[in-house]
Parts: sequence; C-alpha cells; structure tokens
Amino acid sequence: MALDKNGIAKRIARELHDGYYVNLGIGIPTLVANYVPKGMQIILQSENGLLGIGPFPTKDEVDPDLINAGKQTITALPGSAFFDSSMSFAMIRGGHIDLTVLGAFEVSETGDIASWKIPGKLVKGMGGAMDLVASARNIIVAMMHTNPQGESKLLKKCTLPLTGVGVVKRIVSDLAVLDVTPDGFKLLERAPGVTVEQIIAATEGRLIVEGDIPEITI
Amino acid sequence: MNKVVKNAQEAILGIESNMTLMLGGFGLCGIPENCIEALAASDITGLTCISNNAGVDGFGLGMLLRKHQIRKMISSYVGENKEFERQLLSGELEVELIPQGTLAERCRAGGAGIPAFYVPAGYGTEVAIGKPVRQFGDKMYLEEQWLKADFAIVKAWKGDTNGNLVYRNVANNFNQAMAMAGRITIAEVEELVPVGSLDPNHIHTPGVFVQRIFQGSKYEKRIEFSTTRE
Repeated sequence: MALDKNGIAKRIARELHDGYYVNLGIGIPTLVANYVPKGMQIILQSENGLLGIGPFPTKDEVDPDLINAGKQTITALPGSAFFDSSMSFAMIRGGHIDLTVLGAFEVSETGDIASWKIPGKLVKGMGGAMDLVASARNIIVAMMHTNPQGESKLLKKCTLPLTGVGVVKRIVSDLAVLDVTPDGFKLLERAPGVTVEQIIAATEGRLIVEGDIPEITI
Repeated sequence: MNKVVKNAQEAILGIESNMTLMLGGFGLCGIPENCIEALAASDITGLTCISNNAGVDGFGLGMLLRKHQIRKMISSYVGENKEFERQLLSGELEVELIPQGTLAERCRAGGAGIPAFYVPAGYGTEVAIGKPVRQFGDKMYLEEQWLKADFAIVKAWKGDTNGNLVYRNVANNFNQAMAMAGRITIAEVEELVPVGSLDPNHIHTPGVFVQRIFQGSKYEKRIEFSTTRE
C-alpha cells in the first residue's frame, strides 16, 4: 500500500541525525517534526528568523511576534536564536543548514525541481524555495509519485517553471525512496506492498532498478 | 540631533507619489502599522513598494492596495490577498518576484554600499533571465544588484531617541536589512526610550541608519494563522 502523508514524513525522519540543523517546508515536510526519534536533538530553522522552532503554542502562549514561515503561530524552544532575514539566508546560502525538506510539483531525472508556479494559475511567488534548493547541501523532496490523474511527477524533464536546476538528491514519495544519480532515478526502497512494476509504471524519467528492492520500514 | 517626530503623519512627510519605499515585515509580523495607516490616509499614489509580502485584504499593505496607491510590488510571496490578485490580473498592478534570501541580501547590499553580488538562487530559472551568470568553483551563480529606497519604513520593539533599535522575536525579519537601505529611514517603535536605557550590547540597528523615529500610537499585531495546541 502506498504511504500516506504521515508515512512519508516518518520515512524522511529516518534521514535525520543528531545535531542536524533542518529547514522543513510547508505541507508534508512540516510533519517530519512529529517523528524525530526520541533522544535525538534536531534544531529546526524557520527562514523568517528563528533557529529552534518548538511546538504550536497553547492559547495563552500565542504571540504575534512569533510565527513560522507559513505565518502560523509557533513557540521557540530554550536555546533558540532570533535573527534577521539576511542572516537567515546567510545560514542557508552558506551551507550551514544540514538538510532541507520540501515539496514539489515535479522532479526531473537530473534533479531539477519545479515547485512554485503553474502557468495559467495565479502566481504567489517563490518565497524562500529558490534560495533553499540552490544552497542546501542535502535536499530531500517529499511528494506524491503521480498527480491525481495518475500521471508521473518524476519526469525526464520538468514541464513547469523551475525552482532549481540539478539540486535534488533524494525523493521520498508515497510509492518509493529514490536517489537522483548521474544516470537517473535510482530506486532504493518501495512502499509496503507496492511492486517494482508499479513504480516503473509510475515513473516517466529514467529509473534504475538493481537487485532486490527492500520495502520501506517506518 | 533630533530624530524624534511626533507621529506617523509627521514621519511620512516628504514621501511623494511615484517614490520607492521599503517596508519591513514578514506577513503581518513586524510591519510598520502606524506609517501604513498614515500613508493610506494620504493622497500619495503610484508607489513602488519593496516588501516581502503585500499584506492581507484591508490590513498592512492591503490598505494601500485597496486605495490603488501602489503601482508596483517587489516581493517574494504575495498570496493571501484577493484585492492584490484582482489588480494583478486586471493589469493595474505590476509585480516583480524575487527569491526571499536574494531580496533580503539586495536590501542589505543597498545599505552596505555593495552594488552587486553573486548568489546561486534562481540559476537556470526564469529569475535568471537578463542577469549575468558566473561560475565559481563547480557551481553557477547569478549576479544580483543592490536595492535602495527613497524611504525605508521599519518597525521595531524598542528604540531610543538616537534611533538605536531593538527588534522582538521574529518581528525583526526584513526590518534590519531595510533600515540600512533607505535614503531616509523611518522607524516606528512600540516603546520609545531615552538615550542610555538600551543596552548597547543588544542593539540590532545602530542609530546611524535611522533618520526619524516615533512611538506608534497603537499596534494591532494581527495574526494570519493562529495555530494552537491543547
């Protein structure tokens, strides 16, 4: 069975290491924070100026001067730091953030990502996505393998306007875990009960399948 | 030296139609509410506003949009605003979208006297169109240029009468970089204190960048998405 959003988030949480500084995008990536393994310290960055995102506030704790990049009210953990936007993106651009997790409309077999603009629909802007994908040392994309019409979102070439070129390293979809390699998408793991054939059928870009492909354990 | 002005009306004196303004804030967090209200009450029009976002309907920069006072927005993200969408689709409003980190750095560069610099963000995308590219090591970078404004309008938590500013939590965001990049920088603060009452170790924006300062008469601090746990 394909993974649901929480399943994708749980699998991505296994990519975390103690002491990592991590930027989580809006949507499925945000859920990763719920599955940080016990005893592991992860410091979450919010690009509007915080290292050390805590849980949502209680009603009494709500503070309009304390929001995340999605403009939701949040809390700051003990040991947090606040800073301005240019400093925040210096951290990102300077390669000081260990891992960025974000969503995508499409990813290409060469690691291009399209995530911000759909022609014909109203454009809201790229926010920090272009800075994040161009800069992070390690980028994991959390996404659905196909669109609601069943068409692949893992393509030879992106059809939508790009957010970044050749930047995606790993994809965790509802069907599989894949790496972007110089030869195309490399299948690493498959969702429980999903066959290699199903993944091949759902992947338009070049897919490398070598040996037995283990099931994702979460 | 007297940087203190009475109120927002006095602070915005000299802002004229067709000028370029920078306005601090991220979403509705840390926006100069009092100056925006004073601008909305004025006849100033044709403004180019450099601001990460464009407010929401009827609040923040949404107040200026509603009165058609803005000709062009330079932002990284402009969702959450129906009137904005309408004006954009009808061609009344021009929008230039810039990656958020590049926007912040362009403001900082404007204040720091750095006319251009290189960033990786946007390479190979439509953001790169018309911009020089250059390879450093094995990676490609875009040339980006500084941004400056006729007036930068920022909001701080505390400020002293010399214009030294302290921001609170994530309400700093774009305020610190923009405060550097205004030909004239206006700071509105929640609390205006006498010289000597702020710890010099804790100043975010040194007063040299600030020409006018006043204590805002009220702060609504509207929240866009109140998310809570039990």
